[in-house]
Amino acid sequence: MNEQARQRLGIVVTGSLEEGIDVKLDGVVSVEDMAVGRYVTIEGQKQRFFGMITDVSLGVTDPHLTLTPPDVSDPFIAEVLAGTSTYGSLHVAPYLTIGGSGLAGGPMPVKTVPSHYSVVNQASQEDVELVFGKEDKDRYYIGTPLDMETKICLNLPELVKRSNGIFGKSGTGKTFLTRILLIGMLQKSAAVNLIFDMHSEYGWAGTSEGGRMVKSLKQLFPSKVAVFTLDEESSKRRKVSTDFVVRIGYDEIEPEDMVLLRETLNLTDLAIEATYQLRRRFSKDWIQTTINLKDAEEIKKVLDDTRIHESTFQSLQRGLATIGRLPFLVPHPPDNPVKRILEDLDRGLNVVLEFGRYTDITAYILVANLLTRRIYAQYRDRMEKAMGEDTAKPTPLVITIEEAHKFLNPEVASQTIFGTIAREMRKYNVTLLVIDQRPSGIDSEVMSQLGTKITCLLDNERDIDSVLAGVSGKSELKSVLARLESRQQALIFGHAVPMPIVIRTREYGSAKSYKEFAGEAGVKGKAEKDIEELWG
Amino acid sequence: MSGESNRLAEIIESSTTSFTAQCYELYDLPPLGSLVKTKDVSVEIYGIVSNASTTSLEPGRRPIARGKDAATEEDIYKSSPQLTKLLRSEFSALVVGHRGGDKLYHFLPPGPARIHAFVYACTPEEVKEFGRSLDFLNILVSTRLPVSVEELVAATLRQMAQAQEDPHVFLVAAGKELAVLLPDFNQLKAILGRLK
Repeated sequence: MNEQARQRLGIVVTGSLEEGIDVKLDGVVSVEDMAVGRYVTIEGQKQRFFGMITDVSLGVTDPHLTLTPPDVSDPFIAEVLAGTSTYGSLHVAPYLTIGGSGLAGGPMPVKTVPSHYSVVNQASQEDVELVFGKEDKDRYYIGTPLDMETKICLNLPELVKRSNGIFGKSGTGKTFLTRILLIGMLQKSAAVNLIFDMHSEYGWAGTSEGGRMVKSLKQLFPSKVAVFTLDEESSKRRKVSTDFVVRIGYDEIEPEDMVLLRETLNLTDLAIEATYQLRRRFSKDWIQTTINLKDAEEIKKVLDDTRIHESTFQSLQRGLATIGRLPFLVPHPPDNPVKRILEDLDRGLNVVLEFGRYTDITAYILVANLLTRRIYAQYRDRMEKAMGEDTAKPTPLVITIEEAHKFLNPEVASQTIFGTIAREMRKYNVTLLVIDQRPSGIDSEVMSQLGTKITCLLDNERDIDSVLAGVSGKSELKSVLARLESRQQALIFGHAVPMPIVIRTREYGSAKSYKEFAGEAGVKGKAEKDIEELWG
Repeated sequence: MSGESNRLAEIIESSTTSFTAQCYELYDLPPLGSLVKTKDVSVEIYGIVSNASTTSLEPGRRPIARGKDAATEEDIYKSSPQLTKLLRSEFSALVVGHRGGDKLYHFLPPGPARIHAFVYACTPEEVKEFGRSLDFLNILVSTRLPVSVEELVAATLRQMAQAQEDPHVFLVAAGKELAVLLPDFNQLKAILGRLK
């Protein structure tokens, strides 16, 4: 390894595994050059440690120095005092040991602390590469560490084995980050994506904060993405080439779908209960029949039979009418959207479902829940069949949902399909990518099951707490998270990365960046083609 | 190593921690804080000039003022040539290290120097070599002398810095060493102020 390339920062003076390590900076190193979130290596006697700076502080040996400050306008005195009587110190959270002898051992979680006065160096590019891996067929370049040019890569096949979350305040770059991640998944993860695209920004094109148009998945990878739309007119106006217009039949809606809509439609528990009774009574056509019940006599008869209270029925009827007004709901749909989605997914296509004008949360919840539940059922059947008959398992599927707290809040998480997927669908090759700006609204049980969390700036205390719940070194990460810049920076931690890392996300939106994204896919595509030609 | 031309004085009083030497020539004193050495049978002993004085040869006889009619100070000595024989210059040096064989040690030698041992001024090369380690500062700051520690340390470092290739780097390194050795910042400040 190149010892010269590493910049020596100081030495370990005290510390504990639980609370982190205190490092006294050398006199020549300025505290102002340090930054929270930066990486350091600590050369212990037997092993090397890899950690992250979580705090920077100033110290003096003699309290006199703070009461009667010396004349530091004299450069000689300032130089003598720096690092001796007055010094800077770092607080470092150790995360990994990276093998005693250079490249030999892979990164391991840290189980002890380095001995006294171990030398602390700024991590070199090689060190960071050693920990996070180089870009290869599995690893996908997502961004660079702060103040470094090293590419930080995520192991995508590993990432999609668990449900993941992307969090951050509005306007911090969640959407851009998600686009980058989706592109990575469609290139390297061997999984297919189903994206419920509430604001129609992942399929064809989106806008940046400055109002600039940026290309999205379909424009960059036309052969790998199918755009479905609920709102054909909106798609046409935006000149999006759509593959399928989704129409959903009334009879597709089940009482289970209503549970999620309880809050948005302002329904009572009794009204939800009533939907099951109505479903039993009217079977598949229950929604249309219920909406169309106008005749007082008839209503009375139904209510008597089903023992539903009249006011409950009226509120339910109002709620169902709201749903009934959604234009993409039709009595007899021309095609089965679930079947089409599954067909495309099976062909390895990534499906983006655009909502067009129907951005209200009722439509989003209804459609996402309805489609997902059916797809879930199919996947489970196929997986069980595959296990029983030892045939090919279905392609891993990642379902992306926005405004996730609406689906996964503590009241409904236990009942909805998304709660189930987050908790156990990993076994059936389906995982979630949840995108949310209020993670505190998501059920803690679901949060704890998310494998990898990528979070942009959050400043609400409860949101930060909920994202970091159960992570070791929480208080240190908290200070890192609260100090992220409001754009293009994110903290990644969890299953797919060996240790928490702050990244500057890679560029997205310039012609050069498109070329890079396409290039990565192109190289792989060409290699596959070559292999095909070679082996017939 | 140093030739006879560097010979300055002869030891007239000696202990483990210091020695006093009388100069061969009146007023031919090494500067305060300069490095001198003397040879024992097996070791060379290094000392730092910590105090100097010129007094009457006989303790009971004090010199008297003679220059009332002289035009210059030089005239006094010219008109009374016996004066240079009746006065003597002597200096004391604090032992700060020794050389045994090829190695230089920055701590006290096993025994004191002998009486009548010759004392030499060190050459710039020797000073530079001695200044590679700053361990001797610990001996300087922990002694009690007529000259204050601040004055002695500052004088020593000024002397030693002259022999270094980069005096500034040397002084900063010494300052840092002192910052660690001296818990009291005011003392450090006094020394640093005298180094400029």
